[in-house]
Amino acid sequence: MNRINQKLQEDKKLLSIYFTAGYPNLDDTVKIIQDLEKNGVDLIEIGLPFSDPLADGPTIQDSSTQALKNGMTTEVLFNQLKDVRQSVNIPLIIMGYFNPMLQYGVEDFCKKCQEIGIDGLIIPDLPVDVYHEEYQSTFEKYGLINVFLITPQTSGERIRYIDSVSNGFIYMVSSASTTGAKTGFGDEQTQYFERIDSLNLSNPQIVGFGISNNDTFTQATKYAKGAIIGSAFVKHVTNEGIETIDSFVKNILD
Amino acid sequence: MNYNVDEKGYYGDFGGAFIPEMLYPNVEELRQKYLKVMAEPDFQKEFNQLLKDYVGRPSPLYFAKRLSEKYNTKIYLKREDLNHTGAHKINNTIGQILMAKRLGKTRIIAETGAGQHGVATATVCALMGLECIVYMGEIDIARQAPNVARMKMLGAKVVPALSGSRTLKDATNEAIRDWINNPVNTHYIIGSAIGPHPYPDMVTRFQSVISEEIKWQLMEHEGKENPDYVAACIGGGSNAAGTYYHFLHEEGVKIIAVEAAGLGVDSGESAATSVLGKEGIIHGCKTLLMQTNDGQITEPYSISAGLDYPGVGPMHAHLCKTGRAEFLSITDDEAMKAGLELCELEGIIPAIESSHALAIFKQKQFKPDDVIVMSLSGRGDKDLQNYIDYFKI
Repeated sequence: MNRINQKLQEDKKLLSIYFTAGYPNLDDTVKIIQDLEKNGVDLIEIGLPFSDPLADGPTIQDSSTQALKNGMTTEVLFNQLKDVRQSVNIPLIIMGYFNPMLQYGVEDFCKKCQEIGIDGLIIPDLPVDVYHEEYQSTFEKYGLINVFLITPQTSGERIRYIDSVSNGFIYMVSSASTTGAKTGFGDEQTQYFERIDSLNLSNPQIVGFGISNNDTFTQATKYAKGAIIGSAFVKHVTNEGIETIDSFVKNILD
Repeated sequence: MNYNVDEKGYYGDFGGAFIPEMLYPNVEELRQKYLKVMAEPDFQKEFNQLLKDYVGRPSPLYFAKRLSEKYNTKIYLKREDLNHTGAHKINNTIGQILMAKRLGKTRIIAETGAGQHGVATATVCALMGLECIVYMGEIDIARQAPNVARMKMLGAKVVPALSGSRTLKDATNEAIRDWINNPVNTHYIIGSAIGPHPYPDMVTRFQSVISEEIKWQLMEHEGKENPDYVAACIGGGSNAAGTYYHFLHEEGVKIIAVEAAGLGVDSGESAATSVLGKEGIIHGCKTLLMQTNDGQITEPYSISAGLDYPGVGPMHAHLCKTGRAEFLSITDDEAMKAGLELCELEGIIPAIESSHALAIFKQKQFKPDDVIVMSLSGRGDKDLQNYIDYFKI
């Protein structure tokens, strides 16, 4: 069974952390992954940097730009990760935009992911219908789970469709925004969380966007299976470096 | 061969809608409604009325006698530079603002390179009383100051794009991010024939008035509807798309697309996508774009802000791949000289974008009885400072 599905069966609320690979320094990737696991993080999203990240706010944009300046490429990332499974057991997901994967070759990319032990992908600009028609069989051939986003504006019908194509979890974007644009939740989010919860989808949901501390983590996971922190972690790494990952994670979970 | 968009939003291998889920409801609403809305009699009536009374259409098809004599061929200029706001861009913004109103949107966003699309958007927003926010690269704000002032006078808020190359590509990124953050009340008026389906087709249709007029105007001049060549400059490619549209399936009409070579196609400072680009995804569509082997989009360069874009619209990528259009590249220097030549021979100061198209006569030989219709997409007022600096006038 895929590590993501195993993890989702655990009787706990899951914390997933996103970081940009190659940031702050090119070779921080594996150390960040190891530290996150050591401190109790359940899932990791490894950001493959892109020059034009449309769905991201300034924090992740800037970290991506810096990572690319540092020399990060798809090939470099795969090399950094080639032995990662010797020391890391939790699910690893690569999150990135579609064009770098397209240039690498979608099949080659998936194959490489399987070799390394990557469990899933999140590709914000690969729409579910294109995935379903052109790439699903390739992803499945290499045992990869593809994770789709839904937002407060996604219609019930489309959520059902996304649920039917998904085989891991659904990434529930908390509010209509780019990453890092908003923090905290209001009534609107609570209603949205309740609405999605009441749909009884076959895939569990993990909430992302707007989560930065214990408070928002607790709110987000009241209905959902877990929550994802991205911009807040990248900010932490920018300000504090990668030596204090333990205190960041502790603040979320305690 | 079909050169129009198919029912799935593709031109051959190019097009589609590669957008984050956050944009899906907006783009899908537009996809479902745009053709229906455009076909409504009251939409048609309002659109055509505004093009006539407000934009000043039809724009003249002018036989450039002295230019033709110099190059020993027959050159007609489609005078989009005489439109209200000084370029072809207003054809599309009139159409899209009427579309936005019918979709119940109250807030308008746009990206702009040279500022022509920004001005055209600010203009129609003033006309309709809608809020207007224009994203513009910081570099372009500096090199197109008169258009920035125009947008502000027209009531638009001009927001500098500070990321990446700080030009058109980055302004487009920022506009898309704004749309993600404002999904309910906002319509994004894309200015070029790019973006997720249905934008390339919608923009092309609004701009197709250019070739529709050329047909009957050329009949008056030459006694025939079809020229031997249609030619236009290409950044994203909206004036080109409009100029070609009604000739795409006319076999006798050859199509010429003129890209900006910047300092030279191989100089590393260029925007000649057809030569330097590969298939990939930019701003929501699959097309030809300039990128690294790793799939990172590279920074283009052209003296012309309107052509300084690392991709072309998906229709043009298809025209390029199928060989339907011939793509030529023109350097900064060739364009600037061609612009000055038009001033001296015809008394017309062209936009630097249009000057790129005008420069093909030094590169390509035409027969004396060839009829070439070239889109003069914009006027040069906005580029005066660039011309002054370049020629030390």
